[in-house]
Amino acid sequence: MAQVAAVAKPPAPPRRRRASATPRRLPYLLIAPAALLMLGFIAYPVISVFYYSLQNYNPTKPWRNGYAGFDNFVHAFTKDPVFWDTLVFSAKWVVVEVGLQLLFGLALALIVNQTFVGRGLGRALVFSPWAVSGVLTSAIWVLLYNSQTGITRYLADMGIGSYGTSWLSDTSTVFPAAVVADLWRGVPFFAILILADLQSVSKDLYEAAEVDGASRIKQFWHITLPHLKDAIILSTLLRAVWEFNNVDLLYTLTGGGPAGETTTLPLYIANTSVDAHNFGYASALTTVAFVILLFCSMVYLRLSKFGGESK
Amino acid sequence: MSVKEATKTAPAPVHAAPEPPRPAKGHRAWDEAPRWQIYLPLGIYLLFTLVPFYWILLFSLRPAGSTSLVPWPMTFDHFEKVWTERSFGTYFGNSVLVGVATLLMTTLVALAGGYALARFDFKVKRAFMLALLCSQFVPGALLLVPLFEIFAELQMINSLGSVILAETVFQLPLSMILISNFIKNVPYSLEEAAWVDGCNRMTAFRIVVLPLLRPGLIAVGSFAFVHSWNHFLFALMFLNNQDKQTIPVGLNSLMSADSVDLGALAAGGIIAAVPVVIVFAFIQKWLITGFSAGAVKG
Repeated sequence: MAQVAAVAKPPAPPRRRRASATPRRLPYLLIAPAALLMLGFIAYPVISVFYYSLQNYNPTKPWRNGYAGFDNFVHAFTKDPVFWDTLVFSAKWVVVEVGLQLLFGLALALIVNQTFVGRGLGRALVFSPWAVSGVLTSAIWVLLYNSQTGITRYLADMGIGSYGTSWLSDTSTVFPAAVVADLWRGVPFFAILILADLQSVSKDLYEAAEVDGASRIKQFWHITLPHLKDAIILSTLLRAVWEFNNVDLLYTLTGGGPAGETTTLPLYIANTSVDAHNFGYASALTTVAFVILLFCSMVYLRLSKFGGESK
Repeated sequence: MSVKEATKTAPAPVHAAPEPPRPAKGHRAWDEAPRWQIYLPLGIYLLFTLVPFYWILLFSLRPAGSTSLVPWPMTFDHFEKVWTERSFGTYFGNSVLVGVATLLMTTLVALAGGYALARFDFKVKRAFMLALLCSQFVPGALLLVPLFEIFAELQMINSLGSVILAETVFQLPLSMILISNFIKNVPYSLEEAAWVDGCNRMTAFRIVVLPLLRPGLIAVGSFAFVHSWNHFLFALMFLNNQDKQTIPVGLNSLMSADSVDLGALAAGGIIAAVPVVIVFAFIQKWLITGFSAGAVKG
């Protein structure tokens, strides 16, 4: 600020100065790097996925490559039971995961929003898994679920579960086991999003309600929840898209198994492209995933009232 | 508050209703719930949060074959083994490089773009904002195939540059929205005042806006670092040589080994967690603000 004061020029007339300080090209120059990167590495790849989806494209079988029309899609919808299974599992995974995260996340946010001794430390601790990656979460829960030395063994001692196979390799336990592992990391994330909005609720409202003798449960229903409505809807949708897209956790925790029991559509796509090199078919599956995501985006844009009056 | 105080000190008017009596128990202000209603659920949740952390720490510190529930006698053999034999030293260096480069690129590019979005009205702004929003729904994982093709064309397969570029691009939309919201919170009049004093736009931005943006930039930079540190699939796909791999890929290879060495896996996990934990300890207080600035509201 001292530098500013040191420049003792008489102020120029505002209009001229503003025009000279704001060349018309400036905003375009400023967004150019971001726009170019996004065009090159998001927009172009999206378009080429659509192009590949109509091709037989497998680098390890070049003699079969070429235009395939809608064969990939026909195959997916009529001849590939795995595809349908992954769709069903994706839906199940997203609904259960996001539903539980919303429930526990909201509760956790409400608790750590209170004033209590050790709040800072408490928040830091319960939010800490948020920073942990999908792969690290997998590593941790692989240790916990290990049939020989895992915590599951100690639980079996207490009569919860049984000895023997790991919870991750048994078709009857793998789903809840994977859900709990992902909740461990997902609930704090949800709680942070909700807490951010919770802090913007005016305390005056509660004080007024207090004076009127409203109980805390009533205050929650009539003040807190309505205020959080938008944030809850949007973070739920974002979270649903994220849980649908996220591959890291299941890829490393279960690899989609046992017996394809935990394969989501994106995981199936990753396996089809990374392991099987069936790029054409993977692209067709990706196109299907895009259509599903597009639908979600439209719901999101409508609910967030994008382009409407900004508040 | 002031009303209440006023009624206490000023002589009450004759017709004033008596203050509603406060029930002694069970009815307190919204942020004064009974203690047990806070500590009991929080304690249970803390247990769920911390036991897994304890478990991985325990496995990384106790000797192989031990079944003790306390890491004693303590050994650092697992760390040594993972760091040297399983190349985690190399992975660590690569991950730091990717993380820092992604942080710098994301913050710089997003700062420029965010400033344009916050301070100008220009023709393609609406379309650009829409593109930013939509691109948040485009999963990097689904674009692996074309991205691989692009990087092969650019001769960048097996170079960390591919991963840095990909991580940066997928961090950009959210970072830009966040930064532009932070800039909007800095009054425009401050900048105008600096122009009046003879600064050009760049100088005014540097000495007036930038210092006020520091918490926001720290938050955005940290998110970028943590995301690229944690992300797995790009590195797995674009890097083939072992000496180019990053920590998450190394961790995955420890897990998928035929006979999983649990001690090594735990030690690798701890190594993967340390930088992230440090970053979060550092930015804890800016975290909530960062999200309040409008990540959720878009």
